[in-house]
Amino acid sequence: MTRKQLGIPYAVFLICFVIAPLLVVLYYAFTNGEGYFTFANFIRFFTDQNTIGTLFYSLALSLCTTAVCLLIAYPTAYFLAQSKIKRKAVLLGLFIIPMWINFTLRIAALKEILTLIEGNLAFHPFLNSVVGMTYDFLPFMILPLYTTITKIDPSLGEASRDLGATRWETFTRVTIPLSLPGIISGVTMVFLPAMTNYVVLDMLYNSTYIMGSLIGSYFSAYDWNSGSMISIVLLIIIFLVTWATGGFKDEENARGALL
Amino acid sequence: MIKKIFRACWLALVLLFMYCPILILVVYSFTDTAIIGTSGNLSFKNYITLFTTSDLRNMIIGTLVLALVSGLIATVLGTFGAIGAFYSRKSAKGFLMLANQIPVVNADVVTGFSICVLLIVVIGVEKSTFIPLIIGHTALCTPFVFLSVLPRLKQMDPSLYEAARDLGASPSQALYRVVFPQIVPGIVSGFFLSVTLSLDDYFITTYTKPATFDTISTYVVNATKGSQTAIKTALWALSTVFFVVIIVAVIVMNTASSRKAGDDIEKANA
Repeated sequence: MTRKQLGIPYAVFLICFVIAPLLVVLYYAFTNGEGYFTFANFIRFFTDQNTIGTLFYSLALSLCTTAVCLLIAYPTAYFLAQSKIKRKAVLLGLFIIPMWINFTLRIAALKEILTLIEGNLAFHPFLNSVVGMTYDFLPFMILPLYTTITKIDPSLGEASRDLGATRWETFTRVTIPLSLPGIISGVTMVFLPAMTNYVVLDMLYNSTYIMGSLIGSYFSAYDWNSGSMISIVLLIIIFLVTWATGGFKDEENARGALL
Repeated sequence: MIKKIFRACWLALVLLFMYCPILILVVYSFTDTAIIGTSGNLSFKNYITLFTTSDLRNMIIGTLVLALVSGLIATVLGTFGAIGAFYSRKSAKGFLMLANQIPVVNADVVTGFSICVLLIVVIGVEKSTFIPLIIGHTALCTPFVFLSVLPRLKQMDPSLYEAARDLGASPSQALYRVVFPQIVPGIVSGFFLSVTLSLDDYFITTYTKPATFDTISTYVVNATKGSQTAIKTALWALSTVFFVVIIVAVIVMNTASSRKAGDDIEKANA
């Protein structure tokens, strides 16, 4: 066996269990229960007010969660990168550790605290969901931002100050543009899971559906065709987001940078 | 000065948000009350429930075994995949790298659902064989092993392999004795990443698991919907155990790496 052939088992695995399942989903999305070709699944999705509502609710929730995460994570990553304390790795570690604790256990903990604060979770379902997702995804936003900001050459900021820019101008016109790759990868790490992670909503008693919940409910109803159709809609959204952010070229990924 | 205080306060507030829920659960796991906010007496009953209820114990062991098994398969598959891709022609390498990105960028819900449709609905594999579950978790983890091994291969001096071959090593000897030791750090971190991803997974598990099997994630989600307070508070104890294990692991890794860094500096100075 030559060293080239060592990749064959993984190539076979990818074809059988990553590419083939997606092709099967594609087939199911465009057929009905009897196996005839049809667009009916998609037409039903885009003409039903409930499912369109779900799509917009998902987008709204994702956008809010991403914005809140970015607003919290950017200053955090920036202050961390700038701080001159001795054991910076330990401090950074503190912000990353929660990522390693099972997310259902963390959301269960958050649920107890929110119940204590609000009395009844039913009053603010949307707010609770944003808080829950922010709590879940924040480390995934902090880490890529921190990595990019520490890579910025400090002399660029100094040059900008020497040339007469104020601190604020230096920040908005030098630091932020240079940290754009980190912002993009953080945003994709949060935006897409926020559209699909319906467990956070379930656990916080938000009964409104998001895109992921639709797959879950079709799965429970053994409706493979409709479930596949939602999968294809999600895949298209994921493809557009990934393509727009150049994610296909990127080998580094925040989930991969965990260790 | 004010700026410094503001920055410290900001970081402290974010940490408070991230740790407050967990730490409160840690404290309450040692009491006999089931409602956060009320006072209770010191008690270890949650820990006793956690370790003596066979349901809970089986669920924890099952989760760990699943994470280790799928982590091991993923590590072997991903490591060989990365070596194969690294030495392949451009087209084969391009295919592997692109196909490898699919599970990384894809939503876990879609990955789990698509594997369920292919294996369980179309081919008709029984869920109770655990095969769909293990394949699902392997499909989730392997790309990350691949991604942590590949950079190590790129950093390696390519002449090392050639030198080993010139000095009479067979291709497999050169691979095993020269290339492999260089990429071990990537393999190890890939394995740990796999185990963490598998432990954290909810979606792929739900769509592929046998009806009677639960991982920590699926169990917790069901338990929070139910009304069994004994189970609910036992899960607080589980969160505490998790938290402590992770803190200890991080401290051990930190001291190990700083000691290693110290050794390297000493070596460099000598």
